[in-house]
Amino acid sequence: MIEINNVCFSYDQEVLKDININIERGKFYTILGPNGSGKTTLLRILSKSLNINNGEIFIDEKDLSQIKSKVLAKEMSVVLQSTEIEFDFSVQDIVLMGRTPHIPRFSSESEKDMEIAKNAMKMTNTWELRNKSINTLSGGERQRAVVARAIAQETGIILLDEPISHLDIHQQIKIMNQLKQLNKSKNITIIAVLHDLNIAAAYGDHMILMHDCGVYKDGIPEEVLTEDIIRAVYGLEVYITKNPKTGKTFVMPF
Amino acid sequence: MTYIEKKSYYKRVFAIGVLLLLIVIIVATNFGVANISLKQTTLIIMSKIPIVNNFFSLGGIKYTSVIILLNLRLPRILLACLVGSALSVVGASYQGIFKNPMADPFILGVSSGAALGATITMVFLKEVQFFGISMVACGAFIGAIITTFIVYNIARVGTKVPVVTLLLAGVASNYLLSSIISLMMTFNRDNIEEIVMWTMGSFSTAGWSDVILLSIITVPSILFISTFSRDLNIMLLGEESARSLGIDVNGLKKYIFVISTLMVAAVVSVSGIIGFVGLIVPHAIRMIFGSDNRVVIPLSALGGAIFLIICDTLSRVILPPSEIPVGIITSIFGVPFFIYLLYKTKKKAI
Repeated sequence: MIEINNVCFSYDQEVLKDININIERGKFYTILGPNGSGKTTLLRILSKSLNINNGEIFIDEKDLSQIKSKVLAKEMSVVLQSTEIEFDFSVQDIVLMGRTPHIPRFSSESEKDMEIAKNAMKMTNTWELRNKSINTLSGGERQRAVVARAIAQETGIILLDEPISHLDIHQQIKIMNQLKQLNKSKNITIIAVLHDLNIAAAYGDHMILMHDCGVYKDGIPEEVLTEDIIRAVYGLEVYITKNPKTGKTFVMPF
Repeated sequence: MTYIEKKSYYKRVFAIGVLLLLIVIIVATNFGVANISLKQTTLIIMSKIPIVNNFFSLGGIKYTSVIILLNLRLPRILLACLVGSALSVVGASYQGIFKNPMADPFILGVSSGAALGATITMVFLKEVQFFGISMVACGAFIGAIITTFIVYNIARVGTKVPVVTLLLAGVASNYLLSSIISLMMTFNRDNIEEIVMWTMGSFSTAGWSDVILLSIITVPSILFISTFSRDLNIMLLGEESARSLGIDVNGLKKYIFVISTLMVAAVVSVSGIIGFVGLIVPHAIRMIFGSDNRVVIPLSALGGAIFLIICDTLSRVILPPSEIPVGIITSIFGVPFFIYLLYKTKKKAI
């Protein structure tokens, strides 16, 4: 569904070179790699926050560079690492902002938009927080509110940039479970940049491992997480086993 | 509670605001050196409103009273009303675009830029007439837009505009621009009084032509900006998030900058530099009614009008028969408020 062909991107120096990836609808993708390997840049290129220097990206066979932002916003939502907002908005206001691409300029949110936002908040357990100011929430709560906003946007694709990196393990699992549930129940394609190899293996269907501005390996977790590959990419000796409870690939550094 | 759940409440608040503004206009018209009673004031104003005027007659009111009211006081008050609305709406939209609660056309130096542009045109192009006063307005616009551009680019770090760099860039350009204006004053002693007016802000020369010029520019501009108030809310999430929600971020910034700068320039060309209105009013509105720009922008327009009419009336009545420049009054209110905001931001940063 998303085709990335020979994509290159550089600021002052090269950040991405010759990227080729094929993304299928309804799968859960994780993008992994050491710091500075270009993971976030890849995500920002997909969300059209950055324009590529070379190559092509197609979404459902339409050239990404030709898609208007208002149209793209109905196909793809983006969850960035959450930042403080200078002004007070309630959680409900923030989630309703997800409806923006569906509301014409001279109207405001309808009953239907309210209903959709409510469901998104219920799904992420943020409904109880709806009247709280977004700035008074804890990191995990705020991240869930932002995920709720992405759900309210009702897109087929959700991109996430390190959605769980500043959270405790309980909050991490809670958010990953919600993403997995979205992926399974609504057939939403999830593309998430993650740092934790084991969480990526537990939740993702497909891994994209970045190294030195390129894709080093791209495949199911069992293919990507091998001792040789991790040594080459992270310079780390690891022991690969299976999680005895879930049977998923498990990486143990030593 | 969110915007649409409280829509009818906001409508009521707006209606009450309009009523309050009318009352303030009538009461303010009543103040002044010449003694005209409130009843006469009301009668004279009503007699000039179409349809309503059939029910009022001016019998028994002195002709001079009518002239003072209609040709001196009323245009001045309406001008204060328009300037207050325009500055507050510009303040609110700058705060949205810069994602920065301290943004204000005066603090950013835009008003000084407009004043310098106006001064230059007054000094060098005094003979050039182009639809009367509009040459000065053009100079003000050019000065304002150049200053906005320079301050924004000095303050900008990537796509973010941090509070500290924005304030510093604003202060620096304010100093530079005011010293150039002072320099021009020393070289052009003939125009010194006119130039002093720009730097302190005053409505004392207000006439109907100013009111008409300003309303042609500000009324459509305020309406235009208020149609973008939902987009301004989303801008607060950050430019990248706003873009992913389908907002044309660069287009929006450009429209708001140009329209706001146009308003500041028009305002400065008729009233000089009046500071802090764009800071105080939107903040007061946010404290009471929340941060949703769909509420903040229309209510700032009303609140700014009321606030500046009150300030201007004070400037007329505190030391009669002499006048205090209204810019001094707004600064007396504004500076403590500014320090309070800075203090609050500081506490949050720790």
